[in-house]
Amino acid sequence: MIGRLIARDVRRGLTGAAWLPIAFFLLVATLMPFAIGPDAALLGRVGAGALWIAALTAALLPVERLVEPDRAHGILDQLALRGCAEETVAAAKILAHWLTFAPLLLLAALPASALLGMDALTLWRTEIALVVGTPGLAALTVAVAAVTAGMPRAGSLAGVLVFPLAVPLLIFGAASSGGNSGGLLLEAAISLLLTAGAPFAAGAAIRAARS
Amino acid sequence: MKRPYAVTMTGERQHARGSVTRPLLRFSNVALNRGGRLLFEGLDLELGPGDGLHVAGPNGSGKSSLIRLAAGLLPATRGEVQREAATLADDSLALDRELPLARALAFWGGETALAMEALAIDHLADVPVRLLSSGQQKRATLARVAASGASLWLLDEPLNALDAEGGERLARLVQRHREAGGAVVAASHQPLAGTWRRLELGE
Repeated sequence: MIGRLIARDVRRGLTGAAWLPIAFFLLVATLMPFAIGPDAALLGRVGAGALWIAALTAALLPVERLVEPDRAHGILDQLALRGCAEETVAAAKILAHWLTFAPLLLLAALPASALLGMDALTLWRTEIALVVGTPGLAALTVAVAAVTAGMPRAGSLAGVLVFPLAVPLLIFGAASSGGNSGGLLLEAAISLLLTAGAPFAAGAAIRAARS
Repeated sequence: MKRPYAVTMTGERQHARGSVTRPLLRFSNVALNRGGRLLFEGLDLELGPGDGLHVAGPNGSGKSSLIRLAAGLLPATRGEVQREAATLADDSLALDRELPLARALAFWGGETALAMEALAIDHLADVPVRLLSSGQQKRATLARVAASGASLWLLDEPLNALDAEGGERLARLVQRHREAGGAVVAASHQPLAGTWRRLELGE
């Protein structure tokens, strides 16, 4: 059942508007040189940070489609009746969300790095930092999607909730993109903490939304 | 003191009392409070293989809440609910709207082809769920229940949006399920075909 759920969520994530978060990511990378100016050295320095902000928004973009439709259509109820714990369902949704945005994001980082004039080493470090950090971003997004499911204007509320919680990931993710190996370890620790904790927060939120 | 609710149970149990079979659903002294209002209390009931319970009562008397309580989706305020594997049909479709009906049902597994045939929606197998009429969607929900293989069926207003022919098909499915040792709880303000024990809420 859980395998089918992951496959289904990945299919739903990839059909329709899968390209939208990636287009958004590339758009942010394209706009940076216009906003900052064509100073290659300056762009190279801020490039990694810009990519991180773009990654954060790309992960957040589908937040309204992650949990709310399944709650409204009774799919979460039916999964509970089949004996799937809410925490397991949330973990499956985190994995499916990661699979739908992270690999595409890692690919899109290649043209984005060219737009930002980043050198090969910074690009390589950023890719590693994104591999480590994106599971945490996916977990955070799903947890917030579960908390805000069924609320009016859930999308804007989710943004307000996700951005402050993502700050530690952003700090150490951007630091490790800049070549700080201690930053990578701290980023990994935070990403692990978010990934491990989010299924429980999301599971509790799904249960609370029923009564 | 006048009680704001009443629980009356009529009808005989169909299987022998004192048999050793485990009940498929058991409420022990259950009370349910929703939004500060006591819907019922002191509710005891036991459903074994072959049993059917018709939960009746006016709007707002707690029929749907009782079904969700039996499904384990609501916690009882007091008392205890025990049940075997159950399946639920309520207002929510729980099928992916963009998929063809057969694939959407296949997500939940079970004998979907047989269930679709039993509800006469097998000719809609390739039609996306979002294009089905509300009666056809109700049949699809019931097909999901019939295919599930669970021994306890929880049906919340199963006759809503069904035409007469659909109602007859549902009655036959319920009859077959009960004869095969399953149990059914149906909340409905409409009369149900066949023999049912009756639970009247909120008089």
